Amino acid sequence: MGVEQTLGNNVITTSLDKLVNWSRAKSLWPMTFGLACCAIEMMAAGAARFDLDRFGVLFRASPRQSDCIIIAGTVTQKMLPVIKTVYEQMPEPKYVIAMGACACSGGIFDTYSTVQGIDTALPVDVYVPGCPPRPEGLLYGIMKLQDKIMKERNSFGEAIGVGERISQA
Amino acid sequence: MSEHPAVAQLKGQFGDKVLKVEEFRGQTSVTVPKEEIVAVCTFLRDSCGYNFLTDLCGVDYLGRTPRFTVVYQLYNIGTHTRLRLKAEVEEADCRIDTVTGVWSTANWFERECWDLMGIAFVDHPDLRRILLPEDWSGHPLRKDYPVQGPDREPYQGRLS
Repeated sequence: MGVEQTLGNNVITTSLDKLVNWSRAKSLWPMTFGLACCAIEMMAAGAARFDLDRFGVLFRASPRQSDCIIIAGTVTQKMLPVIKTVYEQMPEPKYVIAMGACACSGGIFDTYSTVQGIDTALPVDVYVPGCPPRPEGLLYGIMKLQDKIMKERNSFGEAIGVGERISQA
Repeated sequence: MSEHPAVAQLKGQFGDKVLKVEEFRGQTSVTVPKEEIVAVCTFLRDSCGYNFLTDLCGVDYLGRTPRFTVVYQLYNIGTHTRLRLKAEVEEADCRIDTVTGVWSTANWFERECWDLMGIAFVDHPDLRRILLPEDWSGHPLRKDYPVQGPDREPYQGRLS
């Protein structure tokens, strides 16, 4: 009978998903948002020696231009509304990297003034442990996030308004 | 060690109202009643040359009566001498007059003391919280404030 279905929808959609995923993963622009000592390591990761630019990671000074936010440091109760506002100002799709022990769990600051992990407020994609993590650690976290973006399905469909993006844990 | 030069001046001016003079390792602390704090500070600034308030803080001596002490660290820029001034504040009437009119730098120090220790400063021009969020309740540097916050189980040690 020959080919009944010439180009199945899934062939085209998966390859477009791949294209969209690839473009997103390779131009991951994080929001410049340092909170504590982890920000120093984040700056080092962005500077010449570790050079985040080679991954297409360019720090942006505006949430409107950002794809991801690196929570680099201790989140205090007073800073939490600011972070939430910045996160809400970012356009979809948006990702969150929790960098360092404080952003992951509150760290050593088990006190009234510290948020016990940013995952109580934002959906975290990658946790980078360490106090602070070395720039290599952050690089690895960013590469893990790129892997996660590459595994997303229906990202093209979501972009044209068909269905939801499916993300694996 | 000889007596601090400002102490003699203070005793001459205020007499019995200088409640206590302590000296420890060359540092002099003078305790005065809290009602006299503005008069004493004005006198120290105008007549003794203490033109700089280095710091102002509160101390919580939980279990003691009166419970709180407000501590003023003064510095004489001309003669490079320091003086510590203390005023005790009871818990039931947790207020003291502001010294913002004497040294305007006291403004933010007193806001911090109000924020974290809950000592109110009467006639302060802008007594708002300075460090904690505006909607915070409680004063966390008090000794009876739970360190992990009022809405959490107290720390039981790393048993798990």
